[in-house]
Amino acid sequence: MAGETGRSVTPGENVKIQIKDVKKEYHGDHGTTVALNGVNLDIMENEFICVVGPSGCGKSTLLNVLAGLHEASSGDCYLDGERIVGTDVKRGVVFQQYALFPWQTVIQNVMFGPQMRRLPKAECEAIARKYIKMVGLEDFENSYPKELSGGMKQRVAIARAYANNPEVLLMDEPFGALDAQTRAQLQTELLKTWEEERKTCFFITHDVDEAVLLAQRVVIMSARPGRIKRIVDIDIPYPRDQGTKSQPRFMELKAEIWNEVYQEYLEVRK
Amino acid sequence: MSRKHRRDLTHAEKMAVASNWMWLAVSLAVALLVWFGLSKGQKTGRSFPFIYAVADGMKTMIERDALWSDFASSMISVAMGFGLGFVTALPMAFLMAWYAPVRRIIEPWINFIRNIPALAYAPLIVIMLGVGRAPSVVLIWICTFMTMCITIFHGIRNIDNTLVKAARVLGANDMDIFFRITLPATVPFILTAVRLGLSAGLTTLLAAESTGAQAGLGMRIRTLQTTFETNAMLGYIILIGIIGTLLNTLVDFIERRLTSWQEKREEA
Repeated sequence: MAGETGRSVTPGENVKIQIKDVKKEYHGDHGTTVALNGVNLDIMENEFICVVGPSGCGKSTLLNVLAGLHEASSGDCYLDGERIVGTDVKRGVVFQQYALFPWQTVIQNVMFGPQMRRLPKAECEAIARKYIKMVGLEDFENSYPKELSGGMKQRVAIARAYANNPEVLLMDEPFGALDAQTRAQLQTELLKTWEEERKTCFFITHDVDEAVLLAQRVVIMSARPGRIKRIVDIDIPYPRDQGTKSQPRFMELKAEIWNEVYQEYLEVRK
Repeated sequence: MSRKHRRDLTHAEKMAVASNWMWLAVSLAVALLVWFGLSKGQKTGRSFPFIYAVADGMKTMIERDALWSDFASSMISVAMGFGLGFVTALPMAFLMAWYAPVRRIIEPWINFIRNIPALAYAPLIVIMLGVGRAPSVVLIWICTFMTMCITIFHGIRNIDNTLVKAARVLGANDMDIFFRITLPATVPFILTAVRLGLSAGLTTLLAAESTGAQAGLGMRIRTLQTTFETNAMLGYIILIGIIGTLLNTLVDFIERRLTSWQEKREEA
């Protein structure tokens, strides 16, 4: 796959996820907040999409709608042409705060999804071991989350999401709470896994560097109400790694996107 | 959920254990010293006879065949009242957490009654149920129920919603969520509730046995009061304290077994 450009939208490719005119309102004590309005987006099969935007631009809301955890006020989302209603194991989610079950060991956490699918115990364990190995935590199978560092916890959460073999991965600022070194390491690992598997990925971040490094397309959102402002193709070939960050094209794209996001940030501050 | 291999204690941990015992010994010594001082005082001496006088008083109670039956009677009342309190508080706490109307109707009354001393309404229960064990049990039931219900209810409401979301996206249905997430996440609060409930049960003992009980630690303390037998009375009071401490230690032990997965609260 080396030398392939990041641009993924070519005619004839399969649309994996379709977001059609999605609007989301919250009714609170201080009136109605429009979190998302008129959001349209097609995500292709095997595509890596990053969404960036200032806090409060509704990017997490959009992910929750795609996950089926929140319902859109109007408009619909489709996975393979099927309307998204409620949660489904086809759509795996990784949360920023890890969301590991603290009373379960690493392997019990990773086994949770297969167990919910009522697979036999031996099979659940085998699946769990496979993905624990993928994230390099074989030696911590029987540890409890409290015994792990932040980076290790997020690795477990990623393994847990993979264990259900989802068709798409929805990641909500998964590396946002990690220190810079750990974040770089996990980015590299995620890139490597994605380059091998090409699992459709919808990745939210506020870190422009991260978005440009990982994504084929970066979606820039504007706030109040949240809508898509611009979509930037990242035409840097894979495989990428941390070294990609020093390429001139990377810096160009980063500056361009950063400017747009910063303008949005200033808008929000007004 | 205990750890599979028990590792040897490090030097620092051994020191910590030794230091804990040392401070306990110091604390006991200080208490004995204060007690001794009180027993020698002009006015305090009658109320606080020293340890050998108390031991003497307790010996008299054993000779009167009272101590054992008082202890057994109270423990039966507490166990029954607490048991009823627990099995009713647990489902009620869940109902309150899940159904807003239940919470809105019940919670204000629990908070209202909780602030009234049990001694105040104990006679009402006796008038209703007659003398014997029944009113004692019911009174302890009411008090332990209120304490445990509120504690567990707040625990359920504080469950991290992200865990529920994470379970949902992994394919869990409502039953799975209850047994695999809500219940284990509530265990620490249930244990806190048990701790507070046992304490409430013991503190209600005096009120529970205030009218018409034939035996019991609380009933005996009142009887000894009328005859000014402070030796045995102080012995009984200390006995209730010891029972409370032992029960607390038991809950501590269970807690370490069941909730070792919790992030440690750093000691100040």
